[in-house]
Amino acid sequence: MVDLLEHQGKHLLREAGIAVPRGTLVSSPADAAHAAERLGGRVVCKAQVPAGRRGKAGAVQLVTSPAEAHDIATRLFGSDVGGHRVESLLVEEAVDIAAELYAAILNDPVSKGPLVLLSADGGMEIEEVSATRPERLHKLAVDIRTGLEPNAALTLVRRSALPTDVADPVAAALTRLYRVYRDTDASLVEVNPLVLTEAGDVVAIDAKVSIDTAAAPRQQHTLDTLPGVLPIEPGTDLEREAARLGLQFIELDGDVGVLANGAGLTMTTVDAISHFGGKPANFLEIGGDAYTKATPALRLVLSNPNVRSLLVNFCGAFARTDVMTEGVLNAIDELRPEIPIAFTIHGTGEREAIALVRDRLGITPHDQMDDAVRAAVTAARERQEVAS
Amino acid sequence: MIITGDDGVLVQGITGKQGRFWTERMQACGTRVVAGVSPGRGGQRIHEVPVYDSVAEAAVAHDIAASVLFVPPLRARTAVVDAVEAGIGKVVCLAEHIPSHDVMAMLAAARAAGTRVLGPNTAGLVVPGEASVGIMPGFAPNIFAKGTVGVVSRSGSLGTLVSMDLITSGYGQSAFIGIGGDPILGTTTREAIATLVDHDGTDAIVVVGEIGGAMEEDAAELIAASGVPTVAFIAGRTAPPHRRMGHAGAIVTAGAGSGESKVAALRAAGATVVDIPSQIGPALAALEVMPTAREAA
Repeated sequence: MVDLLEHQGKHLLREAGIAVPRGTLVSSPADAAHAAERLGGRVVCKAQVPAGRRGKAGAVQLVTSPAEAHDIATRLFGSDVGGHRVESLLVEEAVDIAAELYAAILNDPVSKGPLVLLSADGGMEIEEVSATRPERLHKLAVDIRTGLEPNAALTLVRRSALPTDVADPVAAALTRLYRVYRDTDASLVEVNPLVLTEAGDVVAIDAKVSIDTAAAPRQQHTLDTLPGVLPIEPGTDLEREAARLGLQFIELDGDVGVLANGAGLTMTTVDAISHFGGKPANFLEIGGDAYTKATPALRLVLSNPNVRSLLVNFCGAFARTDVMTEGVLNAIDELRPEIPIAFTIHGTGEREAIALVRDRLGITPHDQMDDAVRAAVTAARERQEVAS
Repeated sequence: MIITGDDGVLVQGITGKQGRFWTERMQACGTRVVAGVSPGRGGQRIHEVPVYDSVAEAAVAHDIAASVLFVPPLRARTAVVDAVEAGIGKVVCLAEHIPSHDVMAMLAAARAAGTRVLGPNTAGLVVPGEASVGIMPGFAPNIFAKGTVGVVSRSGSLGTLVSMDLITSGYGQSAFIGIGGDPILGTTTREAIATLVDHDGTDAIVVVGEIGGAMEEDAAELIAASGVPTVAFIAGRTAPPHRRMGHAGAIVTAGAGSGESKVAALRAAGATVVDIPSQIGPALAALEVMPTAREAA
């Protein structure tokens, strides 16, 4: 998922004809003060980080003068909001709010299609509305082949207890939001709040747009023409390096290194290490073309100095275990890790894979996964005792 | 969905490397592969199977109950819609990384036509002794043998491990239904369980779930109502919580998705929830499910 920053989401909304406040993206307190002056002094400074609950974190601040904007910006730049470093601020004119709505379109696994959400109770935690006043959150499942038709949008708006004179503009905003969702292969377009102004306009005060990574090949133009830079993926430097290599890697705080294939099997391997009293050092899933990725994958695991043993768990369905195993053995030849390694290999190609491990390392993979996990956990513990 | 050895199966993308490789393996499992499709390559034969330029042509020449797709993700939607429009009742969609909007579009077309879809991002379906449709090692006797335990799994690799553990414990499978790892699926956990509850050959059900989404929670009511002995394993219970941007996803799942939520829902439904896969066999024995498999090879 590519989670866009607020100002990037608003760029897409504006292109689709949805009103957003006038604003400027700035990267210094001086620029924030300039922007505030140009926008009339009464502005909102909003930290551009891909995190929710920015308001609660103090990362969205209303100010009434350029000097105050300068002060707030000085405090926000470089600070941490939801695990993200603030590198840019969106300085926007303050809007006279008459009513706050909530509007979203998302991929719904239950109806297996797009779902439009609308509530007259915007501006607050929508989970709270959903939990305490579910009758105030209105939903409409859409057939993606026909899209959100204007009449359907209007019917949804009329169900949501809004003043009748705003029904048409709100419905129009919904169909435009749907256009953004459709045209960008979004998995989520969320506006909270969608504001009705004193002047009777419908304005998007916030925007969260997430674009489906699987659609990136056909959304390259959308991504390339967004203002600013895409937010960096969350996680550690090593995790981001892994992502660039096409590997799913999560660093954990234990000492048993994990190499497995498939998300389900890898999670299970990590669970089993905990079950047998050990602590996993990482989650690392290598897929079917592991042959080419085994060396960088193993390098990632070994780059953690806490790793005291390695557990290799392959279960081949589509992925051939002999191909994956050969890749790992070549990586072991190259990197020569000086830690005990336990293998367990099953499924497509297992006979050849087991023979390869025997021939090249002189060790025999365990028949049962549990035995391999126990061996790796025990080896890590013994080495810890030797070290201490 | 269940596919038997009598059902005619179409392979879309049969002339590609994976299509060829798995056609032979599916045949070795007893699958009656009656035709293949590869645009521009009609008239060939792959492992004795006639190849057609289009699904429509293949459907005119053969009685096709199910189609399995070996096509790249950005072409999957068109391929599924081709199968749906040709009136094929069951489609197994293996590809990973299909854009979600394409998945929703092909599922909408399938639903309108009454076609059942398994997947996407699934390893497929195995009915030991009958057929294997997809990329599971249905041919490996230490992993699959005819029996009475129905398995529903999101993951192919973990499903393989669980199936092997069943054989080790003396149980065979009535069916292995790989529902797939995508967030939006043609056949959900609940829908796959419903198939197994109605399946004459199934005496017990094993649910292999994962953290995330609400499919296991949604299945709980059916598990409780069915009275079929059920054992479940949820992968990822010790995984660190994932970051989620926006709140709309959390509304739809209404707080579901965590390991605790799934375990609690399944236990409340009367299922036995185990901590590691090797406990599944003993848990079935404790529910007095009779072992049926022949000796593991």
